[in-house]
Parts: sequence; structure tokens; C-alpha cells
Amino acid sequence: MSTSLQPQPRIIVDHVSKWFSKRSTRSMKDAFIAAVRRQPVRSTKFHALKNVSFSIGEGESVAVMGLNGSGKSTTLKLVSGVLEPDSGRVLTRGKVAGLIEVGAGFHPDLTGRENVFLNAAILGMSEKETKERFDEIVAFSEIGDFIDQEVKHYSSGMFMRLAFSVAIHVELDVLLVDEVLSVGDAPFRAKCNAKLKELAEQGVTMMVVSHSKGQVKELCTRGIVLRKGDVVFDGPIAEALEILES
Amino acid sequence: MACPVAKTRRHHDTARNLVTQIDYSAYDTPGRGRGILDVFRYHYLLRLLIGKSTSLRYRNSVLGWFWSYVRPTVQFLVYYLVVGQILGLHSKVPAFPLYLFSGLVLVNLFNDTMSAATSSIVSNKALVRKIYLPRELFPLAAIIGTFTHFLPQLAVLIVVSLLFGWLPSFASVGLALLGILLVVTFVMGLGLFFSAVNVRFRDASNIVDIIRTIATWSVPILYTWEMVQKVTSSHHVPWLFDLYMANPLAVGVELYHHAFWGTLPVVNDAQPRPINLDWPPQFEWHVVAAIGVVLLSLVIGQFVFRRFERSFAQDL
Repeated sequence: MSTSLQPQPRIIVDHVSKWFSKRSTRSMKDAFIAAVRRQPVRSTKFHALKNVSFSIGEGESVAVMGLNGSGKSTTLKLVSGVLEPDSGRVLTRGKVAGLIEVGAGFHPDLTGRENVFLNAAILGMSEKETKERFDEIVAFSEIGDFIDQEVKHYSSGMFMRLAFSVAIHVELDVLLVDEVLSVGDAPFRAKCNAKLKELAEQGVTMMVVSHSKGQVKELCTRGIVLRKGDVVFDGPIAEALEILES
Repeated sequence: MACPVAKTRRHHDTARNLVTQIDYSAYDTPGRGRGILDVFRYHYLLRLLIGKSTSLRYRNSVLGWFWSYVRPTVQFLVYYLVVGQILGLHSKVPAFPLYLFSGLVLVNLFNDTMSAATSSIVSNKALVRKIYLPRELFPLAAIIGTFTHFLPQLAVLIVVSLLFGWLPSFASVGLALLGILLVVTFVMGLGLFFSAVNVRFRDASNIVDIIRTIATWSVPILYTWEMVQKVTSSHHVPWLFDLYMANPLAVGVELYHHAFWGTLPVVNDAQPRPINLDWPPQFEWHVVAAIGVVLLSLVIGQFVFRRFERSFAQDL
């Protein structure tokens, strides 16, 4: 579009709040018993994200950090579209795909080859793109001849390697990375991180949710720290890590 | 499309400033699909999902697709023996086996697609929770995937009809296609509704089980529409017959009777001439009503699906 101007952000999170309801009763019988005992019958609300705003620019690599339950995975799910915000809005520009729990679309009874095509399509690749990249995907996963075996016969490492390899070869503008990079053994992890870095250098925008300090430091330039649903820091990654530890 | 230069993006409170300078036309709201129409954009994925369900159905089974022929055949034989021979419908309806079977295949189509559609979201839990896809894809893939198992039954029906002296004509092919269309679109609406409700209230699958049981008996396959008409008019509730015939499944079954059973020479030469060889009185209005019911089910199904869809990821 307007190339002469500074590129517009890839992700905008604008005053987003998200509540989850904690159901106190699970059936009519429970509800009746709770009512008799004067316990809460209706669900209570849990405020998972409180008026969170940030935007991620073109080509930026941003880590979203926080302790468990701080809302970072919720944020990621909002950006991927799996969840919808209760107030505020989330906007994305370009093609977004995620390394969110790689292998979610894999079926154990299908062969590796069938799974590659199915998962690539789930992540938004066309048939032509998948065919063009198929060899690359298999080579990266180091699966070799096992590609025509049913996935249930794979070792867990092989399974994750293939799933990761599919996800990383998707053509995209924005990559969402959940804490999935505990994939395979050390050499494969190193290879994955190198691949992610390569993507970042190619200008792919990244939003990373991770607990691994080393990885975050290497991959990201900016960190957003969440605490109990609030953004407590948004700035350079080194400072973000310090704040996270304090 | 002028978009003034944004200042440093690193700033805390820039989000609001930025938002005022942004050309929104370039943005998408993640997770907002266009409903059932999105399916056309995702036709390649839909094809793969259908292929997956059909190729997995008989994985690890020795006889495989043979079961798609065995099940309806056995069901047919049981009904044929009990209803035809023991209850004695043979004397009332000429070529009763074909009368029964031509309606039964359509009821089977309805029942099978209904249960597949209802469980479609819950059984794709892993995907629905992790990755955004237009969720309408799942019930639709389930329905089309199950539809492929209707085709062997249709093949058996055609073979049996030919043995009975059936001569295929454009009219009967047209009626058969219309019947399929009516049932599949009806299930599409119901399937959207029940698959969405089933995510939060698993009671839905029990309700669908009951619907399936009722469906078999709610259409004229084990009796004729003429019997229903007699009962309703003798109780002075003739409108009840119209209500009965407004059921898209009943209309579909009647279309099937006329496409297959109704064109047989044995049936047309029978003495006395069976009354249900004719269309039910005011059948054209029954068709219109059935189409209305189908459209209504689609609108309500899609509406409810969209309402429930917002919380799929939380409820699964």
C-alpha cells in the first residue's frame, strides 16, 4: 500500500478485556443443591485481561511474558482469533498463523504425508504451496522414509518434529509462537531457533510466548510483561526480563 | 489513503494514538468469519477434511466399505420381515419391500448425517481450541463425509429397483436429487444448531438420539400417508396432516417413493390402484412449507452457531 510511509502495525490490541466465567454448578441437580445450601448458583466472573493495549509493528519480534495465569496465552489466543475479546478490539494485518501447540491437527491414523497436507491446509496453505514445499518440510523434519508410515507409529520426537516443520514452512506475515519450542532434542531445537531467527530477519513479525529466557533474548527485541491481566511493562527485552524476575 | 507517520512504536500509550492514524481497511478482525459462506474460500481444506473422515471411517476394518452396504441391507431385511410379513403390510402396499427401502435410505441419510454433524465440533476439540478456522467447516465436512456413505445405499436401491422393472427417467432422477437436497440442507441447519449447543450442553446429543428415533417413524415408510390422512380426518384434525407433511423429511421420502416405487409396473398395474400412488392432496403446498422449514432451520442454525461460537474455545 503506502510504501513510502512508515509501515503500519501488524497487530493492534486496543483496550482489550477478557473475562472468563467460573461455573459454580454443572447441572440442574448441582444448581438445586447449591440453591438449597445458599451457595452461589450462577457463574462468577474472572477477569483474565484488564484493558490491555499494545501494537506490534511490521517486522518486530515481541515476547509476551509473565507468570502462569498472567494472561499471556489468552492474549495469544485473542490475536489468533480462537477467542474473542469481551471489550476492545484486536486487529491484524496480513496472514497470521501460529506455532500454537503444533500437532493439534494431526491424526494418528493418517500417514505422515497425509498429515502434512491436512495440517498445511489447516494453517492456511494451498495445495500448490504445500506440494512445492513438501520436500523441504520433510527434509527439515528429518523424518526420512517414515513419511509414509502412520503417525501413530512415530516416536513423540518425530511427531513433534514433523508438526513443527509443517508450521514453520507456512507462508505468513505474522507468526505466533506459543511455548512449543521444547521440541525434540537439543540439535533440533537449535535448528528450530535458527529457522525462527531466519524468518525474523526476513521481516516476519513475531509474537512469542515463552518461559525460556535464553530463547526470548535471542529472538526478541521487545518484551511485554503481563501480571494478573495488566501490562506492567512494555519495552526493551533486557529490561523486561529484569522486571519479570523482580 | 493517507496515513501519517507513526511515532516510535515502543511507547506505552501510543496504542491509542496509533489507532487514530490507521487505515483500517487493511485490517482483519481475527476470529470473525462470514459464516457458512466462508466454506467456499476454504474449499481445499474442506475437501481434505472430508477425505480424512471417509478414509478413516473403515481404517483397520477387514471388510471396510462393505459395511456401508451390509448395514442398510440388514436393517431392510428386519423391517421387511417384521413389518411386511408379520404385520402384513404386504397385502396393503404392492412391492412393499421397495416402498420401504426407497424411503428408508433417505431416513438413514438424515439420521447418519445428524449424529455426525452434532458431534463434529466436540470431536474436533483439539483444532477448535488451538487454531482459528471457520468453525462451520466441521459440521459441513461431517455431513458431506457421511453423505458419501449414502451413495452405496442409493446404489443398492437402484439395483433393486431395476430388478423390479424400474425404468430410469429424467423425472425420477430429478425427484431423487430434490429429495437429497431437501434432506441435506435441512440437516445442515439442524446440524449447525446442535453441534454448537452440544459444546456447552452435552444434552444435545441425547436430544438428537431421540430425534433420530422419531424421524424413522415420523415419515411414511412403515405405513402410507393415506393412513395418516384417514386418522387425522376421522378425528376432525385435518390440519394435522398438513403439519405432518410439512416435515422436509416426509416430503423427501414421498419424492423418493414417486421416483422409485411409484414408477414400477407392478405398482401401477395393481388392483385396486393404491391411493398413495398419487401425490398427497395439496402436495405442492407441502413442498413449499418444507422448503420454508429448511430455510428457517438454516437461519436459526447459523444464528445460534454464531452466538455459541464465541465461547467454543472456552467451553471445550
